[in-house]
Amino acid sequence: MNYVFPNEVNVAWTVMIVLYPYITGLVAGAFIVSSLYHVFGRAELKPVARFSLASAFVFLLFAPLPLLMHLGRPDRNFNIMVTPNFSSAMAGFGYIYSTYLLLVILEIWFVMRGDFIARAKGKGLAALICRTILLFDLHEDDASRRADHKISRFLAGLGIPLACLLHGYVGFLFGSLKANPWWSTALMFVIFIFSAIVSGISVLIFHYFVVSKINHWKVDEACVRSMGKYLWGFLIVAVSLELLEILSIAYKQTEEWEILHRLIAEKLFIPYVVLQFGTFSLVPFIFLAATALFKLRTRVAHALIWTASLMLLIQVLLMRWNVVIGGQLLSKSMRGFASYLPGVWEKEGLITAAVIFTAPFIILYFFHRLVSLFPNATKAVDTDAAPSTTE
Amino acid sequence: MSEQRKLSRREAMRMLAAGGGGLLLVHCGPIKPPAGQKSDYDWTKHQWAYAIDTTKCIGCNACMRACRAENNVPKGVYRTWVERYQIDAEDHVYVDSATNENFVFAPSSVRAVKAFFVPKMCNHCEKSVCNQVCPVGAAYHTKDGAVLVDHGRCIGCAYCVQACPYGSRFINPELHMADKCTWCYHRITKGLLPACVQSCPREARIFGDLADPKSKLSVILKQNRYRVLKPEMGTHPRCFYLGLDREVV
Repeated sequence: MNYVFPNEVNVAWTVMIVLYPYITGLVAGAFIVSSLYHVFGRAELKPVARFSLASAFVFLLFAPLPLLMHLGRPDRNFNIMVTPNFSSAMAGFGYIYSTYLLLVILEIWFVMRGDFIARAKGKGLAALICRTILLFDLHEDDASRRADHKISRFLAGLGIPLACLLHGYVGFLFGSLKANPWWSTALMFVIFIFSAIVSGISVLIFHYFVVSKINHWKVDEACVRSMGKYLWGFLIVAVSLELLEILSIAYKQTEEWEILHRLIAEKLFIPYVVLQFGTFSLVPFIFLAATALFKLRTRVAHALIWTASLMLLIQVLLMRWNVVIGGQLLSKSMRGFASYLPGVWEKEGLITAAVIFTAPFIILYFFHRLVSLFPNATKAVDTDAAPSTTE
Repeated sequence: MSEQRKLSRREAMRMLAAGGGGLLLVHCGPIKPPAGQKSDYDWTKHQWAYAIDTTKCIGCNACMRACRAENNVPKGVYRTWVERYQIDAEDHVYVDSATNENFVFAPSSVRAVKAFFVPKMCNHCEKSVCNQVCPVGAAYHTKDGAVLVDHGRCIGCAYCVQACPYGSRFINPELHMADKCTWCYHRITKGLLPACVQSCPREARIFGDLADPKSKLSVILKQNRYRVLKPEMGTHPRCFYLGLDREVV
């Protein structure tokens, strides 16, 4: 019989708390791609290196917004930094977020200083904005360029552990709650990091194809194929970890499995089993494996990689939903389940979520108008001739 | 240039840091007893605790009504509730609570071979998870053993709601902040009993001072076997249950 503790009938963490780890995941993933070029010298990723850094920045700007929308007293949000309780994992948010935001801003500043200077020498509002960003210092020579490069590389390297910390910490918020068997696992930290990287690479691939199509740019073959392979690899790790977690609980047949298997079978069968794993993990895995292992025509390979990236964006969103909402459907009475359906127009509803998720893309567009995020993009010619090759 | 303009950058940073630190200290200051208690009340001389005798509860829900009236608890959320357990001959367990307007249990069609009532509330745990996870220090322990929420600090993030293993916390829909049972702290510090204890016609709810070995609660706990809810959570609840069935979590 279904019994839910009376205070658990209403789910406390809504779709806003689904969106928050989703957006921070995009940040972490995009930043990792940027660092693959800036730190690890993966030259084939150069076409999206700036774009990935800028994407990380704009998503990072909006990451706290779902939290603010969710807080009962958003006017007190700075209490988390003014009166932090350091025994709480959540108390680290303000510091981790601020440090990471500062680092990303600095890295963008050093990576794009030359472009800002070029733009600042012109006239109009954009030039004034660039001059302000540059603190009205337009000086540039070989020595300063070398210094910029050195500093940006250092910041990119420093940003990798910070990106993992930012997003791993979000996983830890859930994994450390012993009261909830659906959340309570040390693996949650790692699962969140890898799923973040999957979503970050996916959003870059997806967006890169879209802007290339709109602007009639040539899609860089080596770049896309490389990102496709990274995506495939990180997908395998992320899904394996998640399956490992649930399979180990199932195999051990502990007391908590009695309720967890009911949760999966009764409440999460469609979003978790059918959609997250059965469809939006398996199909992209096959698509990406095909592009990595077989010789396919360029257009087919690109279509498969683009579709896989779109599906994986949905897969990670489903994962966040299944973790955040799924965990709350399970009553701590261990005797039943609550229900949740997000409203459309309410404060923490779907429209708000859609606006928050769309806003970074709009900011990214204006960013691109200010300083080109694809400085080496070339106009497309018909590329549907030869099959692409595997390495 | 005047003397004031000679302040070095390092000195300015130091002054700023000292000022900021001072502000933080003022804001974070030591925990003080909540307002509204008797001026001669000394919270270091008490160790409050709570016991529930499940063999005595008759499920009248007078405690729920008293709690709502005393603490102005909004509809749809509960500082305390009573669970009705009915177990039939096939060992099927049916559990429900009277959360309707009048706090009256719905008529049951279960052919129960065993039935009993279990009042639930905040366990005021000695190692409370809610205190641990509150990011702003709004959840805190009083020196006399209660776990309270500082509504001057709470940001309404609901992390404590998620962390509480007993489902005792909720977001107050009027205050938009975390809320829970306080053992009627405004009453006990004036020498009164919590409203739920006062209203219980069967004395199934017992409140007392563990610091006083002769208190009713101390004697009951010495003379009876008791359990706590979810001991595996390691929270060390201060709410002790007498006659608790194994089906209760």
